[in-house]
Amino acid sequence: MKALKAMFIAALVGASAAMTAYAEKLTIATVNNSDMIIMQELSSEFTKKTGHELNWVTLEENVLRQRVTTDIATGGGQFDIITIGAYEAPMWGKDGKLVPLSDMPASYDMDDVFPTVRDLLSHNGVIYALPFYAESSFTFYRKDLFANAGLTMPAEPNYRQFRAYAEALHDPESGVYGVCLRGKAGWGENMAYVTTMVNAFGGRWFDMNWRPQLDSPEWKEALTYYVDILNNFGPPGASSNGHNENRALFASGKCGMWVDATSAAGYIYNPSDSKVHDKTDFTRAPSARTDRGTGWAWAWALSIPKSSKKTDAAKQFLAWSTSKEYVDLVGERKGWTVAPPGTRKSTYNDNYYKAAPFARTVLNSIMAMDPTKSTLLPVPYTGVQFAAIPEFQSIGTQVGQFVAAAVAGQMSVDEALEKSQAATDRIMRQAGYY
Amino acid sequence: MKLRVLSDYPAIVVLFIWMLGPLIATIYYSLIRYNLLNPRIKGFAGIENYEFLLTDFVFTDSIYNSIQLLGSIIGITVVLGLLISYLLDQDLYGGRLLQLVIISPFFVMPTVSALIWKNLLMHPVNGYFTYLLGLFGLPPIDWFADIPLGSIIIIVSWNWLPFAVLVFITAQQSMSLEIKEASKMDGAGHLAFFFQIYLPHLGKAIGAVVMIQMIFHLNIFAEIFTTTTGGPGTQTTNLAFLVYRKALLDFDIGGASAGGIISIVFANIVAIFLLRMIAKNMNSD
Amino acid sequence: MKSNRVLLSILGWVIGFIIFFPILWMVMASLKTEIEAVATPPSFFFIPTLENYFVVQNRSDYLNYAWNSIVISVFATLLAILIAVPASYSFAFRPTKRTKFKLVWILSTKMMPPVGVLIPMYLFYKNMGLLDTHLGLILIYTLMNLPIVIWVLYTYFKDIPQEILEAAQMECDDLLKIFLYILLPLSKSAIFSTSLLSIVLIWNESFWSLNLTAFEAAPLTAFISSYSSPEGLFWAKLSAASTLAILPIMFLGWVTQKQMVKGLTLGAVK
Repeated sequence: MKALKAMFIAALVGASAAMTAYAEKLTIATVNNSDMIIMQELSSEFTKKTGHELNWVTLEENVLRQRVTTDIATGGGQFDIITIGAYEAPMWGKDGKLVPLSDMPASYDMDDVFPTVRDLLSHNGVIYALPFYAESSFTFYRKDLFANAGLTMPAEPNYRQFRAYAEALHDPESGVYGVCLRGKAGWGENMAYVTTMVNAFGGRWFDMNWRPQLDSPEWKEALTYYVDILNNFGPPGASSNGHNENRALFASGKCGMWVDATSAAGYIYNPSDSKVHDKTDFTRAPSARTDRGTGWAWAWALSIPKSSKKTDAAKQFLAWSTSKEYVDLVGERKGWTVAPPGTRKSTYNDNYYKAAPFARTVLNSIMAMDPTKSTLLPVPYTGVQFAAIPEFQSIGTQVGQFVAAAVAGQMSVDEALEKSQAATDRIMRQAGYY
Repeated sequence: MKLRVLSDYPAIVVLFIWMLGPLIATIYYSLIRYNLLNPRIKGFAGIENYEFLLTDFVFTDSIYNSIQLLGSIIGITVVLGLLISYLLDQDLYGGRLLQLVIISPFFVMPTVSALIWKNLLMHPVNGYFTYLLGLFGLPPIDWFADIPLGSIIIIVSWNWLPFAVLVFITAQQSMSLEIKEASKMDGAGHLAFFFQIYLPHLGKAIGAVVMIQMIFHLNIFAEIFTTTTGGPGTQTTNLAFLVYRKALLDFDIGGASAGGIISIVFANIVAIFLLRMIAKNMNSD
Repeated sequence: MKSNRVLLSILGWVIGFIIFFPILWMVMASLKTEIEAVATPPSFFFIPTLENYFVVQNRSDYLNYAWNSIVISVFATLLAILIAVPASYSFAFRPTKRTKFKLVWILSTKMMPPVGVLIPMYLFYKNMGLLDTHLGLILIYTLMNLPIVIWVLYTYFKDIPQEILEAAQMECDDLLKIFLYILLPLSKSAIFSTSLLSIVLIWNESFWSLNLTAFEAAPLTAFISSYSSPEGLFWAKLSAASTLAILPIMFLGWVTQKQMVKGLTLGAVK
């Protein structure tokens, strides 16, 4: 009876009113970073517009990933909207776990989304997650410290110069460490950065026969450099600093240079968050033997599990939260520096450029990312800072631990690489790659 | 006889199902290839999952770490617990309030205590300990890199020290006043009294503290997950964390199930020790 | 003698201060601004602000999580007591040759690492529609705490002199009546203290609560997870959230300290 009545009303009042009549409660799992917290605040606008309410499950990244993966793989159906990255989206899309999103309405203007970013979230040309923000990595540096030391940062620095700058800027007595880099173990933490560095030094994860290459001279060179620069010119406790810790360190003026996500630029540029908002400049990530794959390619995106029963309402939320209008809303309400970057051509307009001087460098880095050509030598996988295979999460986790142990001084570089190679080999063998 | 309800059957049956259901499922999963991230890995695995786990050097490390954690935490809490409860047994000013203060950490959830210690206290730049060391002109300690396992031991011990204190306080209250008075008359010093009368009297209480902590610390997880995630390297990976990593970082359910079965075997070895201890405890009744 | 007492008291309070310091420091940090919370050297004197508490409440509805924690821990405890009382009674008053074995076996069920059985449990819960429900968590916590509850109650019952029971049996042969009118009143305080212990243990459990809930049934352990290591400065907000999460249970612990002590000793103490 109820359904009949509702249908009757829907027919009478038209489609838009039907949306309100079918107000749903959507459960959304998301990560506790500042962009998502802004989204949570602004979501009342969405509720006002559509009548759909949201239950927010805000978790730290590790917990989010384990919750979402368990739920997706078992079809648990606890979430209607999930926050996933460029690693999961194509993989789960391929496995049929996500709702395909190619049929977004024309008003969504899919062509406005950067093609590289769309590719990051697609499998066989079908997009499975809509990008909330996209990022590459580049170098943050303190122009005041550079000026004091009589140095100038080139537009395309290399790692040899990078080390010299770190040495010149390193001044722990006055609370400035030459360089801050990710050291916290994790495939999305230290390994994201280390992989771009290995790319720069000409290394790769696997050869064309899927044999792990961690015992190659390129890995050794890169890792030796990494451990050396962090131990000599890095902050104490570098092996437990992830993205967030380094972001706080840089914002409080404790780092001379920092190579990390372009999406942190808005935070560093925001006077209320950052002490160095007027003293920071940006440039490409350093290169070494090559400049391929030196900046990573990542996107945080929203997606709908196949197990959700509220697909239509969830799609509305996705369309709203990744739209041009949403970017404008954040720009107006919260300031343009914190507008979600890297996803849409329309974001990069005059308003944005005026408020966010870093925007051009960010855009260049994002345009330059190419997950299909990230290494000097040929590889059988795609992905810049990861290899897009299901086993990588496991491999990255373990290798990340050994790399962190090398930074912490608990292991030599040789030992860390030897164990990493052995662990990777085990996983690949177990998964039947050879 | 009239009352079957008044028996151990419901509990035994419920626990049996609780024990057996998951156990059978776990044995089943441990024999197949099952990876949540990769549906293409499938089929019967035989003992492959066990083989992969047992030949992994991380496995040996994790057993070693599990034992080290268990032993150190129990040792620290028992020794400190005895000393503190002995102190509290003296007629102190504000003794009752002091007791409340000392037992407080027991109510702090492990996740919270790990977060507070990791950030507010042990942080190598802004942590309070770093400031304290600085007062004495000492360089900061990077706790979770320099002494990772030690840091976890400190955090868990802090959480559980109140438990030991509580049990010992209760136990000593039963010590008759006459004994205390008599030994004071004899002019026994604190040292003699502590070793000759106090310790022997608390024998059973010590047994109870050791036993309960064994049960809880065999599967220490939240503290490791929050602070070191098993690293650096494998330094803080215990058996429970290894199984966690297999299950929820690698999503290798086959391997994790094999790890679960091995943990049960390991737990049972510990349980045999436990059985001996309890048997002693019971027989001396 | 007097000076001895003063010295020992000072020693005691110094130790007490050290042990309590992490909690004190956390509460202090929760009253600071984010900048003050990370300041080096740390600020001991500051103008306290409740702002962090407002921010936390605004972002995640504390009361919803606290309510879930209360419901789950109380009902799981009640259920566990209900199953455990008859079991412990029978272990204590009608011991057989296998009683000791059963008791140890019951305890050993607690030694399984929970994560080893997560996936089977998750699939089971999904099929039964128990994911993210109060009932789901209540069931799992009942089972998890049953061994401890049985043990504690068993050791209490064992301490009740057999003579009382025998005398009662002379008067009346209805076991249920004996149980209800004689044993239960005798062990009221035991059941109370065991319940307290069980509530504390459930309140602080973070593995199952995090993995089997999303929103509807998520307790305070899930609430904490959204404040651990986010971007930017977070120590003050983390401290405020942590204080809120442990406040109710610590208060309960302080108030009922004396009763709980008894529950902890597993009969090692009489």
